[in-house]
Amino acid sequence: MKYGVNEQGYYGDFGGAYVPEMLYPNVEELRQKYLSIINDADFKAEFDLLLKDYVGRPSPLYYAKRYSEKYGANIFLKREDLNHTGSHKINNAIGQILLAQRLGKKRIIAETGAGQHGVATATVCALKGIECVVYMGEVDMARQAPNVSRMKMLGAKVVPAKSGSKTLKDATNEALRDWIANPVDTHYIIGSVVGPYPYPDMVARFQSIISLEAKKQLFEHTGKELPEYVMACVGGGSNAMGMFYHFLDDESVKLIAVEAAGKGVDSGHSAATTFLGREGVLHGSRTILMQTDDGQVVEPYSISAGLDYPGIGPQHAHLYKINRAQYTSVTDDEALQAGLLCCQLEGIIPAIESAHALAQLEKMKFKKDDNVIICLSGRGDKDLDTYIKYFGY
Amino acid sequence: MNRLNKLFANKKDNLLSIYYTAGYPELNTTLDIAEALEKAGADFLEIGFPYSDPVADGPTIQHSSQQALDNGMTLNLLFEQLKDLRKRVTIPILLMGYVNPIVQFGVERFCKKAAEAGVDGVIVPDLPMYEYETLYAGFFKDNNLSNIFLVTPQTSADRIRKIDELSNSFIYLLSSSSITGGNLDVSDSIEDYYKRIKAMQLKNPTIIGFGIADNATFKKACEYANGAIVGSKFVKLLETEDYLNKIPAFIKAIRPS
Repeated sequence: MKYGVNEQGYYGDFGGAYVPEMLYPNVEELRQKYLSIINDADFKAEFDLLLKDYVGRPSPLYYAKRYSEKYGANIFLKREDLNHTGSHKINNAIGQILLAQRLGKKRIIAETGAGQHGVATATVCALKGIECVVYMGEVDMARQAPNVSRMKMLGAKVVPAKSGSKTLKDATNEALRDWIANPVDTHYIIGSVVGPYPYPDMVARFQSIISLEAKKQLFEHTGKELPEYVMACVGGGSNAMGMFYHFLDDESVKLIAVEAAGKGVDSGHSAATTFLGREGVLHGSRTILMQTDDGQVVEPYSISAGLDYPGIGPQHAHLYKINRAQYTSVTDDEALQAGLLCCQLEGIIPAIESAHALAQLEKMKFKKDDNVIICLSGRGDKDLDTYIKYFGY
Repeated sequence: MNRLNKLFANKKDNLLSIYYTAGYPELNTTLDIAEALEKAGADFLEIGFPYSDPVADGPTIQHSSQQALDNGMTLNLLFEQLKDLRKRVTIPILLMGYVNPIVQFGVERFCKKAAEAGVDGVIVPDLPMYEYETLYAGFFKDNNLSNIFLVTPQTSADRIRKIDELSNSFIYLLSSSSITGGNLDVSDSIEDYYKRIKAMQLKNPTIIGFGIADNATFKKACEYANGAIVGSKFVKLLETEDYLNKIPAFIKAIRPS
């Protein structure tokens, strides 16, 4: 693949494995084994079967008629919100739990922001009967309380991250510290296309099922091989990378990644990484991150806990730098309004993360016959409190 | 030859190094602490520059880093403070910190500034060997700076050989696979690890760190290595009042002779 990772774990200038020696053996073991494991026929058969029978794949590619009328193009929603556990995160969690089993690991750790990845991880651990510890920022635990309870019901231990901004980046730090202390028996299921190589590539491969299906489904709907636009929201960037993956080499397809502007890109309360960030190293990879002139990581802000991350995956940084994908941003207000519009036009309550991608529709200029695929990465049940407070229902 | 090489050429046993975070507990006491440590008998020092996301550090050093940042510590300020380093301190000095602040500062510029200040080596836990070798080793060599690599009980023999090849002052042996501030592992497996390293007859001296907190753990470490590093325990001392005057007793408690 033209835009894929090279042997040293880099996408152009970005990627690599910037980990302390304590993590080197873990990361190296993964690097050596991940491709042979996930390309193994037995692995593939189990992965595909679980995606079909347990997750409920393929997720529909839904032709959104009223959206299409409103925006003057053919708008399709890739319904990852209909997956078991309510978002695309389950695709990667299934892949990594099968990998962890084949690596002989007895204990799983994960970080989570909105709680969707934590729930997905707790779910697959229950499925396989493996111990599960999820790190979650204390702030996120408060604003995503239902997901904390779900994880506990599924048998996971949820550990609050109390350092720094008490959100996703700090949960990631705590998970990395746990992995340092438990190098032999533990596998760390990273939830996004971030972290040291091979994680960005591995997670992208597990999420690539989204675009693999969407490509076929678009053909069934329209008889066209390719859409004009593919759109998705980006925090770390896993649903976007899954949604872009099988379109990357089709240069005619315009890829639009939507970041969270929070209260506005220039407000000082934002998570719009490509607008506010510079190149540097975060959580084990060279990427673009929000930081001070002195190289300290800036605490991001978004109303959406899943987009509240100061970096983006290294492959996104590469696609941004070489202009293969366009990175844009929408504010909290725009996202919430778009979420409500989706309820009222299409009868779907989207996750606030996914609502960011929908909000971008307002800013696009489509031609009449353009086919547009948007990744509806998750459902909005977990965000009801936020929606209700905002709109006063 | 930098000061580290000279030290290791002259002294083979019971070397004591102390780590502390620059800018903690007060912004401008970096050199006062260094001076006091030299007077108290420390053989060399590691001065940490703070980072917002120190993944290899436990609560004590995390706290000191955050406090130092809140106090206003930056790399620019640290180099400003270090201008008088060699007027006041003669023992070898290492800078220790994470890679991102160095990348933002500029790796070449960082190495030059460090050399100008009279720094002898650098420890960057999250700078990988591949990136060091291919991108940065030249800057270190041009400025006569030693890059210190870490070895853990899980590091393979092949990798230890490679680290020995790339090192030119000492190798930092972690007493366990852990973050800083834990207890010293005294299990049989850890003894096997030290014996395994000793049997490899590396060209570089070894110094043990992580979990060294008193005379007993210091002596244990010195059975297997040329010396040991105390970090979190010393950072805790800095939390107390009148810490500068307590430094001689602290050093004496760890290494009485």
